[in-house]
Amino acid sequence: MQRGVHWGTASVALAIGAFLFVFLVAPVLAVVYTAFSDGQGGFTLAHFASFAQISLMRESFANSLYVATTTVILATVIAVPLAYLTVRFQFRGAVAIQTLGVLPLVMPAFVGAAAMQLIFGRSGAVNLILKENFGFTLPIMEGLNGVVFVETLHYFPFILLNLAASLAAIDSSMEEAAQNLGASGWRLFRKVVFPLALPGYIAGASLVFIKVFDDLGTPLVLNVTNMLAPQAYLRVTSIGLEDPIGYVICVILVAFSIGAMAGSWWFVKRRDFALVSRGGAQAPKRKLNGLQTALAYGWIVGVLLLVLSPHIGLLLMSLFKVWSFSVLPEQFTLAHYATVFADSKQMIWNTLLYCGLAALLDVILGTAIAYIVLRTTLPGRQLLDHLVTVALAMPGLVLGIGYLRTFKGWELPFDMGALTASWLIFVIAYAVRRLPYALRSCMAALTQVHPALEEAAENVGAGRWRTIRRVVVPLMAGGIVAGFVTSFITAAGEISETILLTSRESLAPMSYGIYLYFQSIAGRGPGAALGVLAVAIVALGTYVSHKLAAAAAPHQSGDRK
Amino acid sequence: MIASLRLTLAAAVAAAFLPLAASGETITVVTSFPKELTAAYKKAFEAKFPSDKLEILNKNTAAGIAYVREQPVGQRPEVFWASAPDAFEVLAKAKLLQKIGPGNPAIPAKVGNYPVNDPEGFYRGQALAGYGLMWNTRYMKANNVPEPKEWADLVRPAYFGHLAISSPSRSGTTHLTVETILQGEGWAKGWEQMLAICGNSAAITERSFGVPDGVSNGQYGIGLVIDFFGLAAKNSGMPVEFVYPSVTSIVPANIALIEGAKSSAAGMRFIDFTLSEEGQTLLLQKEISRLPVLPSIYAKAPAGYPNPFGGKIQAKVNFDSNLSESRYFIVRSMFDQMITFRHKELVAATKAIHDAERRLKGKASPQLAEARKLAFSPIIDERAASDEKLQALFRAEKSNAEATKQKAKVEEDWATKAKANYARAAELASSAK
Repeated sequence: MQRGVHWGTASVALAIGAFLFVFLVAPVLAVVYTAFSDGQGGFTLAHFASFAQISLMRESFANSLYVATTTVILATVIAVPLAYLTVRFQFRGAVAIQTLGVLPLVMPAFVGAAAMQLIFGRSGAVNLILKENFGFTLPIMEGLNGVVFVETLHYFPFILLNLAASLAAIDSSMEEAAQNLGASGWRLFRKVVFPLALPGYIAGASLVFIKVFDDLGTPLVLNVTNMLAPQAYLRVTSIGLEDPIGYVICVILVAFSIGAMAGSWWFVKRRDFALVSRGGAQAPKRKLNGLQTALAYGWIVGVLLLVLSPHIGLLLMSLFKVWSFSVLPEQFTLAHYATVFADSKQMIWNTLLYCGLAALLDVILGTAIAYIVLRTTLPGRQLLDHLVTVALAMPGLVLGIGYLRTFKGWELPFDMGALTASWLIFVIAYAVRRLPYALRSCMAALTQVHPALEEAAENVGAGRWRTIRRVVVPLMAGGIVAGFVTSFITAAGEISETILLTSRESLAPMSYGIYLYFQSIAGRGPGAALGVLAVAIVALGTYVSHKLAAAAAPHQSGDRK
Repeated sequence: MIASLRLTLAAAVAAAFLPLAASGETITVVTSFPKELTAAYKKAFEAKFPSDKLEILNKNTAAGIAYVREQPVGQRPEVFWASAPDAFEVLAKAKLLQKIGPGNPAIPAKVGNYPVNDPEGFYRGQALAGYGLMWNTRYMKANNVPEPKEWADLVRPAYFGHLAISSPSRSGTTHLTVETILQGEGWAKGWEQMLAICGNSAAITERSFGVPDGVSNGQYGIGLVIDFFGLAAKNSGMPVEFVYPSVTSIVPANIALIEGAKSSAAGMRFIDFTLSEEGQTLLLQKEISRLPVLPSIYAKAPAGYPNPFGGKIQAKVNFDSNLSESRYFIVRSMFDQMITFRHKELVAATKAIHDAERRLKGKASPQLAEARKLAFSPIIDERAASDEKLQALFRAEKSNAEATKQKAKVEEDWATKAKANYARAAELASSAK
């Protein structure tokens, strides 16, 4: 269904473009400009030269690369067997694996890090038991290892989910052909299955790389400062917004993020992964023999225990008074929850407000962009899609610094004070970075709505707006709600932008509250209690979105070609 | 579905205007103090002055200074409330504080030899703090570590890998601890002690709070902390102990009115409240455990509560905040370049030195002496640190590209030298005969 340029849609597209320019492109450009500016408006590479001269910066750079790469490798080791098991074998642990895929994502990595100190730290439960019985300890949480450990357990689901989806789409005839030629086991996996599933793997792995490379909260909670993101944060907060090195780091973070994304895209594009027949006959699920079953369950249970440890640790922290140099905490109490409800109701409310509004903004923008890209012939409409995709690669830290710089001194109307000191900035920052998730959901939903339905509506006299409002949006509802929930739950755990943008405690969302509580001894319990509440909200949201997505899928299937 | 979305929208729009509804005056307080302290003051103050609203802006001291500096006149927060007096000196020098003079007349002018309020009237002491050692009793027992009494004890091999300290650039209170040691022991000896202590440390934490946190949950044995961290942890039931060593200084934690704020009168109201009988009593709360500046409050304190006015805490050092302020950025940077960022190498050198001592069983060795000198000497001497040109360079505006570059070069020079010294020290110590 092709239509001519419509002034209404064109102006909506322009408005969205302007929004993205002001709140995504301009702040990032300001950061890049500052990194290359000599202070008098001229171009200079001097800041990069100073960066390269400072050995701490070189070290931070190397450390960040090391942590991100190691995390990708370890996450692969955990995720690949799990993905292969679910898709190719017939066995009952599949539900456990699906749970594994979601559990870590409901808790922000930095929240889990605090709990994991008490379990795996120098004097954590595991090391105390090891020392008692075997006389040695494992430095799991020391320095960079600790960051790698926490990040791996948090982010491996990205690889698991993408790889599983990719594996499921492989035509079974390829595997059968290989088997007929005598390949089996490891060889079959290495030579045929894995290469065919590579696009999914690369997508997941590059995402993990970006997320870990940019992460600020986890290193900060673990006291690791010799990495790029913490260095940028420290420079900009303690030296000041004028420190050029902070901006140089930001440019490096952006370059690597975009590089990793572009690289994965190029890699998939370069090689032909297309199969003659796709998604046809699902490979018959093979059965595992006794030993294999034992190994599979062993792996699943082991990973499940690791993945659950921060959740259990956080719950224990929130329910007990003292946890010090002992395997288990002591003195049960509900006082921490009472403290949170007495002092921090505002933060819970702020999270609901900011993330709710941001998610709402996201689905409105997402629906509009999806409609413009898929249903109009507006010239340059793909640009909106590309711009939004850029937001996916944009580190929260960089956007936060960009906002502080670009909008410094911007006053809001009606005497609401400075933009950077208002709650609106959170809504905008969350909305911009979560827009890609909402857009994907909306695009997918709109693709499933057959254009014939809209034509039918227009044939009986409905105008374009009426058609969108009464036909398109209701049919997209499932996808829109899924997009809303995804945006909401990912924003609820955001910490990088949040730390930078929080100018007053009364404006702070829960994630900042947790970070703040963790900064005092009496606050550890309440911080954990607030963390448990945040996890509960996010878990509930995830559950609802799964239910809704499941409910929406069969309803739309009749429209698909 | 649409109906529910609409509902959400309506609720969101209604909610959106709620933050605007607050009327009366808002007092913004920039502070490095933990949430339980700020929450207690917020509650008590707002109960007493229902039309005022207290906004807490929690930042570590260095970030707090940077924040105030970057706000335009008229938008600045009202009150700055933090431990380190030198941070207030930095703010006063930058003309960011209003002269408010001393407050409550019942508060004595001096504690020991140290003035409670700023003699120039820019800030007031709000609570007193001493620096000391905190340890986890379970950790000490399990690892057979003896209880320390003095800073100097901590350089011994028995403490290797059991200590924790923060860095002055990240924590104003640690900066004070370091300055106290430098002033109490002298520049060269102070740094020697500092370096040896840090060489024994398991970690240099990101925030001053990382130390008491790690000690109270048993990750580290002993931490160098400001007293209330230790006292609050102990009073909250953690298995920890706290002592003041003799080289400590009792220094006020301060509060000041920021120049160019929106509602100075309301800010002043809060400052006076914190110094009133009511405001001072809050300090005694179990999870706050700070030392009031109002001596009459100690009568209400539980038994065993330290009282700096009773002469029980021996403070040998008369802290010179002008000296501290003049080399503020240099000490910060030296600590980071020599210790924070080169901690791994420093620890390796320290370990090699301890090992050599054990091997040589007290026998004198020129290599070992040389190794100690290399590992535990400050990178510049006191004269160089008081050089005005160097001090000016470290105080220069960050947008000054030339100064930034020069400073980066100086710092890089320190870092490279420190790294080479540690490597050489480790090498000498392991081959010492």
